[in-house]
Amino acid sequence: MKPLDEIQKRLLSEVAGLHAIPEGAYNIRANGTSAGRASTANIEIIPREDGKGLTIKVKPGTKNESIHIPVVMTQSGLKEVVYNDFYIGEGADVFIVAGCGIDNCGPQDSEHDGIHRFYVGKGAKVRYVEKHYGSGDGRGKRILNPGTEVYQEEDSSVEMEMVQIKGVDDTNRVTKAELAKGARLVVRERLMTHGDQKALSTYTVEMNGEGSSSDVVSRSVARDNSYQKFDAVLTGNAPCTGHTECDAIIMDNGRILAVPGLEANDVDAALVHEAAIGKIAGDQIIKLMTLGLTESEAEEQIVNGFLK
Amino acid sequence: MLELKNISFQVAGEKGDDRIEIVRNVSLTIPDEKLIVITGPNGGGKSTLARLIMGIEKPTSGQILYNGEDITELSVTERARRGIGFAFQQPVRFKGIEVFDLIRLATGTKLSVKDACQYLSAVGLCARDYINREVSGSLSGGELKRIEIATVLAKKPQLAVFDEPEAGIDLWSFQNLIEVFEGMRANIQGSSILIISHQERILSIADEIVVIRDGQLALHGPKEEILPTLLGTDSAVPDCKMGTVTKGETAE
Repeated sequence: MKPLDEIQKRLLSEVAGLHAIPEGAYNIRANGTSAGRASTANIEIIPREDGKGLTIKVKPGTKNESIHIPVVMTQSGLKEVVYNDFYIGEGADVFIVAGCGIDNCGPQDSEHDGIHRFYVGKGAKVRYVEKHYGSGDGRGKRILNPGTEVYQEEDSSVEMEMVQIKGVDDTNRVTKAELAKGARLVVRERLMTHGDQKALSTYTVEMNGEGSSSDVVSRSVARDNSYQKFDAVLTGNAPCTGHTECDAIIMDNGRILAVPGLEANDVDAALVHEAAIGKIAGDQIIKLMTLGLTESEAEEQIVNGFLK
Repeated sequence: MLELKNISFQVAGEKGDDRIEIVRNVSLTIPDEKLIVITGPNGGGKSTLARLIMGIEKPTSGQILYNGEDITELSVTERARRGIGFAFQQPVRFKGIEVFDLIRLATGTKLSVKDACQYLSAVGLCARDYINREVSGSLSGGELKRIEIATVLAKKPQLAVFDEPEAGIDLWSFQNLIEVFEGMRANIQGSSILIISHQERILSIADEIVVIRDGQLALHGPKEEILPTLLGTDSAVPDCKMGTVTKGETAE
């Protein structure tokens, strides 16, 4: 077996963290069925009648509780669409860990499309982490198409960390958010594609309330023959602040299209976008080589740091 | 011991068909357990010489021997693994890589945070405040410079090459820098130090001084012999002129 490189080791530890026995409320979905579920006094996880997802209700005022809803797929050829709706009560403060790992050793494509809707109550705080990972050497593709909708009420705060580092062949991520007065949305996306992978990521953020703010930042690496498109549109319909950034490294024959978009419909909307795409700077590689690393070890460290 | 034998380095001129000679037929020996300072006017080829020693540039002709081995064709990595270290004039920035990562990579070991901190303290940085910082644009030029020097200290090279370590740092840091080099000089057993510098204070702690002018070796000898001839020239700038650029000079 080929020894794990630094990126894979780190990734495995991250995914293992995701799959450790969770405390608090959880639902583990394995190959299309629930492999374990628990609610708590404040967080209720209710399966949908059609078996295709969950309704998760967090009582107002719930503090410092966590919800884990990981999905694992090891059966080649399985395709599923799952709808998870989160109702976060007023003033609640919760940590949600989602994510999906697909291991496909077979000839057929495996696909998980998770549609997550968040209804975030007044003053509530959500920290959301979603990690995607693919493995297995089958000819079948590993496909993940996450859809995320976020509806934020007054003074609520949502921080989302979206991570997809390795092994997912095809992704079309669509994220939409609507922010009321004083609401705050922070998104940190980290993405690496390799082989012939394709990843599309689209964000549409509507800031509708006075004093709302959003910050959508993507750091990505496209290696081999992979392709990425990052498309983020921030719309300011009220006095608000918005910032979007795409910072990308291309390697080999990787290709990236960054399409940052801003729309200001209020004179007090302050919107900024930044996008930078380029290969690894030669002097970064040389610096690490002067410390004794080979060129490929240097590249690995630079990419690993960039996506940390 | 490092020996340069008839080293020349040419680059293509603006027209493409002409050649510009940056380093001309330089022969020089860097003996063990000595601190050597290379000085000379800006644009004279000093930094290029340092980059040729590290392998960042390859000479057009000539030979580089390190402890008797011909390393002329060896890569940067191979030279680093044989014990040569290099501090860049303009430190490189990395998004995401933290100070601790860089020091750990420099030592090539699974370093503890506590051990990494000693190298930051050695360059006058409060280790706790810096160890988890990104080596990126969030750090000032002077901070980056000190971290650059810390990585070379952490590597513990047998031959440490510093390319204009004083460039871009403030006077207070400069004093600290001198102390770092004095400390290295005091513990030079089994190693040697090569510094490219214009600074009189750095020249004054040298064992030997080399003057490179127009790509050629102009002078080489013990400090006591060479330094008096340089005082008052731009090869030996006193502290108060630090950071100033005289009209007509260009940064190397």
